[in-house]
Amino acid sequence: MKLAGKCHKFGNDVNTDYIISGRHKFKTLDMKELAKHVMEDLDPEFYTRVSKGDFIVAGTNFGCGSSREQAPLAIINADIGAVIAKSFARIFYRNCINTGLPLIECDTDQINVGDQLKIDLDQGTLLNETTGAVIKIAPLPPVMLKILSEGGLVEHFKKHGTFQFEE
Amino acid sequence: MKLGKTIAEKILSHKSGRDVKANDIVIADLDFIMGQDGTSPLAIKAFQDMQAARVFDPARIAMVIDHSSPSPLEGVSELHRQMRVFAREQQINFYDIGEGVCHQLVPEQGHVVPGDLVIGADSHTCTYGAINALSTGVGSTDLAAGIISGKLWFKVPETFKFILNGRLGEGVYAKDLILFLIGDVTADGATYMAAEYGGEAVADLSIEARFTISNMAIEMGAKCGLMEADQKTVEWVQQHSRKEFKPVFADPDANYARVKEYDVSALEPQIARPHTVDNVVGISQLGEVSIQQGVIGTCTNGRMEDLRIAAQILKGQKISKEARLIIAPASRQIMIAAMREGLMEIFLQAGAAVVTPGCGPCVGTHNGVPSDGENVISTANRNFKGRMGNNKAFVYLGSPATVAASVITGQITDPRQFLL
Repeated sequence: MKLAGKCHKFGNDVNTDYIISGRHKFKTLDMKELAKHVMEDLDPEFYTRVSKGDFIVAGTNFGCGSSREQAPLAIINADIGAVIAKSFARIFYRNCINTGLPLIECDTDQINVGDQLKIDLDQGTLLNETTGAVIKIAPLPPVMLKILSEGGLVEHFKKHGTFQFEE
Repeated sequence: MKLGKTIAEKILSHKSGRDVKANDIVIADLDFIMGQDGTSPLAIKAFQDMQAARVFDPARIAMVIDHSSPSPLEGVSELHRQMRVFAREQQINFYDIGEGVCHQLVPEQGHVVPGDLVIGADSHTCTYGAINALSTGVGSTDLAAGIISGKLWFKVPETFKFILNGRLGEGVYAKDLILFLIGDVTADGATYMAAEYGGEAVADLSIEARFTISNMAIEMGAKCGLMEADQKTVEWVQQHSRKEFKPVFADPDANYARVKEYDVSALEPQIARPHTVDNVVGISQLGEVSIQQGVIGTCTNGRMEDLRIAAQILKGQKISKEARLIIAPASRQIMIAAMREGLMEIFLQAGAAVVTPGCGPCVGTHNGVPSDGENVISTANRNFKGRMGNNKAFVYLGSPATVAASVITGQITDPRQFLL
């Protein structure tokens, strides 16, 4: 899987209420509608500045807080290509894999706002085209790679009927 | 290499039929599965997309309407309707408006016992760790996979052991203790790990107080907040459940990734300041903070013990003219018990607004959204910016006693002034 896009940067401990606020996420399942409010409480203009395939880049503990899957779904529907962070909160991490949103764990201090990135998930490489830096990516555990490569957990269950990790 | 196992390693070994240790990947059988109204509609959609017809075992599943209870908007009402239809079709346990908050109902109604493996589509599912169950929060798609297959995959977590020595002083409660620990290890201090909370200070606590601690394990990033079962646990569980159970104890030679030991005897009431849960300070260090709204309730502190201590402080008092108090008992049973004990009259005479058992005031859906610039002191478990429905308000977290004292004076106040 190859990804390319420009970066939008956030800090540490970006919680799922910041990703999509409780004001919005309880009253609709329309993810295209929720996408318009992504990151609103941190950056009210965020949605308007995203081009298809752009990346959210953050510090530690990204996605902490509630388990609500509306968070990765709203990010996907805002046309974000992947979330890149130094570390992820665990429920959010699983929810991203399950919904098909690629996650990349690496040292994001080397990435700045507006940087253009080129990522190859199969090779495990991240190139910051703006600075020339090549950044090491932590590989996803095989179980998670399998679910993500099949398009998420719904696709996995449609294909296998249950959890199927052996070949 | 020590051969003993932690509580998490033992439960995941039992439920997967394998002999596993931390970092192994397992597919394990689930004892109970829960969804609430913020997460179940998406799970129902995933269930349908996965082309499933029936859930694996209706008796082991519950859906609860608590996050917007009763519904404040027609969009929410439609999502509630979908839940009711699904629950009726599949014959699962269903708790409609007024029954209470999911994390109170699940143990109160006897669905979870020591040794169980439980998932819930709500991050505070870690609450039932207090009764020795490995319970953890998941998203809606994992919930759907769980109700179809009766299983879920897990990475067996390493464990962070907290040994809590001494005894909490008068006017200092379980909420103060867990806030202190979260402030100490920070919001990702236990990420990917199981927390085990033990020691004489925990043994000294009631089961209700232990729920408060396990409830907030997620706020230090933990996968679950486990405790061992003692006589108090066995009695409480037997009063609420008819299920058979066998408590799970950690081996004396279990491997812990981290161990921290504390003496809690000198701990003072704690406050989490806006806008993160780990922004914790002792109340004497807080400075003056005026309060416009107080909230007593939620899965963290909406139980009888919490209401009793609030009533003890509020009895014969009036809330400050500059403040409002919202009280949400965590379940219908608790509300009835509170009525019988005369607590409701105390709350109402003091000037509180008592609302339906539910999550509203915590999560910003309804029942007490603050206005711009207001300070709220709440017994809830999160204070992120915008959490209560207004990103221009400020949320402080504290114990029920602290909240009760603070709405009387109109500023954040050490409850010991009212108790000693």
